[in-house]
Amino acid sequence: MDSWLVYRQMLRSRLFEEAVAVLWEHGLISGEMHLGTGEEATVAGVVLQLKDGDAMALDHRGTAALLMRGVDPYLLLREFLGQPDGLCNGMGGHMHLFAPEYLAASSGIVGASGPAAAGFALASQYLRPGAVSVAFFGEGATNQGMLLESLNLAAVWQLPVLFVCKDNAWEITTQFSSVSHSGLAERAHGFGMTAVDVDGSNVEAVWEAARKAIQLARQGGGPTFLHASCVHLHGHFLGDQLLRLADDPFSEMKTSTLPMMKSFLRRRGAPFGVRVHGIRHAMTIISQAPARKAIHKKDPLLAARMKLESYPEQLLELETAIQLEIQQVTESALSSMLAQEGNLS
Amino acid sequence: MRNLTFANAIEDALAQAMSSDPRIIILGEDVRGLRANLLVRFGPERVRNTPISEAAFLGASVTAAMAGLRPVVEIMLVDFIAVAMDALLNHAAKIEALSGGRWKVPLVVRTAAGGGYGDGGQHEQCLWGWLAHIPGLAVVVPSNPADAGGLMLAALQQESPVVYLEHKLLAENWLNSLGSGGRKTVQYDVPQQGARGQVPGTWTPTPIGQAAIVREGSDMTLISLGVSVHRCLEAAKLLKEQGVSAGVIDLRTVCPLDVETICKEVGKTRRMLVVDEDYQGFGLSGELAAVVLEAGVSARYGRVCTQNTIPFARILEDQTLPSTNRILVASQQLLEHGG
Repeated sequence: MDSWLVYRQMLRSRLFEEAVAVLWEHGLISGEMHLGTGEEATVAGVVLQLKDGDAMALDHRGTAALLMRGVDPYLLLREFLGQPDGLCNGMGGHMHLFAPEYLAASSGIVGASGPAAAGFALASQYLRPGAVSVAFFGEGATNQGMLLESLNLAAVWQLPVLFVCKDNAWEITTQFSSVSHSGLAERAHGFGMTAVDVDGSNVEAVWEAARKAIQLARQGGGPTFLHASCVHLHGHFLGDQLLRLADDPFSEMKTSTLPMMKSFLRRRGAPFGVRVHGIRHAMTIISQAPARKAIHKKDPLLAARMKLESYPEQLLELETAIQLEIQQVTESALSSMLAQEGNLS
Repeated sequence: MRNLTFANAIEDALAQAMSSDPRIIILGEDVRGLRANLLVRFGPERVRNTPISEAAFLGASVTAAMAGLRPVVEIMLVDFIAVAMDALLNHAAKIEALSGGRWKVPLVVRTAAGGGYGDGGQHEQCLWGWLAHIPGLAVVVPSNPADAGGLMLAALQQESPVVYLEHKLLAENWLNSLGSGGRKTVQYDVPQQGARGQVPGTWTPTPIGQAAIVREGSDMTLISLGVSVHRCLEAAKLLKEQGVSAGVIDLRTVCPLDVETICKEVGKTRRMLVVDEDYQGFGLSGELAAVVLEAGVSARYGRVCTQNTIPFARILEDQTLPSTNRILVASQQLLEHGG
């Protein structure tokens, strides 16, 4: 693994997505925005080992993977801004990104990347022997029937798939462990494939696990399940209510906690003890808010950078160059938009 | 009377029903967060979080209903119902018929629908026509707080499955989490009459299968549901300025259709314009033409619907979904011909 190359790609992805967050905050991007900040080590450790002919099935959080695979950041940004010269002509937005030249397809439907990767792998068995496909999905998706079905399909057909589970332990406000039994690697193993747990914030660990899995798949050894623990630095999506609660407890309390207390005190309903039990469950959700802020300690980018800190000059040069690139991309994506608006008026 | 938001009206009616019927439970993804007010009043046994397993928990809700519970199962967005379609199509909708009427499925499927906030084509569909196509399912789509609560109560009292769709532009909690995300920098065209309004102190059911004439008119009849009702009302106001008297019917229920009201109104005006945010082909808008023809009412017909996959880009999205402007253009066409 080339630590410089890997850090470069991780940083590039981070700065790009941070720029996206600013544009979203300014209202230039509509709807939801799921960032992959915090997942960079997991994504980089896998995607940077892919070659021509390999495929990627992505979830609603696919920006980092596409960027690292080589998709032009300008095209991504223009897509997010809903412009006709975006990656998908402004039709898709960030949850529905498609890059046929990289055999990369996303889906906003949780779990859909499992069967999608299986299909890419099936085609490669016929048409591109030696090529592999990767499925990226969150741990929440592992309770989706279609994903579990695709694990079996990949195992029984020995499909060259790398199933990458990015496990941040949370499905929006639901803790994964509260709605799910058994370890995920154990589960995948039960389907008849190699399954490994890896620290998804440690890019070297991911790289090594992915290297073995990809090698196995290229040689016809079938699928591997990579269970990578990671964090979401921006929560489930931008404007995540739990993060908002942590940032501005007072105004969020006013809109959520006051109605809740009123409801708690309403006549008719469950006995007091049961209500208290309900409050306890609600508080479990709310009390996660500060924890969501604290995950910055597990930032994979900082860990990757630490390895290079003994070369401060090189590091500065690299970081300056990436900053400049992202700045230029952002400016040019915005300037053609402003120019267009000028033409209209 | 009280003044409530659309989302609070649904919750209020649900709470009223839950407090008198212990068989009602709520289950779905993240419902303990989404329905925290009900969680703290009725306890965690009646507000259950599920894993992201729509096929399993919707399928399980069908038999839970058959075995005596009254589940309100939430499919976050109706787009995701595709994942669990078998439970609805082959089971919830058919058990009563297949059992010779011996077994009923008193199930409410609650789900958010509709676009207008730039979330892309897998998150903004309506699909109510697609669901109503299946015999055995009732499908309701309220357009204002009073109907939202009343239809929820009616759905809970029904002995057979009801799909209850709430439009995201009306339900502030959905628009807040999926559209604005707390931002003040984005604006969406929210019809105020639909997002907040007068509701009764105690809920009574709004009968399923009964449309409402929300504006009388003698020259043409606009037939609509959900957010589009408000676009129709706006268009009707503008048409009035041009001397055209356009009436508006709010269907409220897709299935069963209130054929009587539709035919009566169209019979008077002889011009019908269907405004449906769902897909145009093979759906509700065509069905409305069919029932009018079947009844022997002759009328000029037009429709403003969603024809293609909903684009992410706001400008393209605006052109794709029904808008006041598109309604006005279609109305003119209808009036110009065969007057």
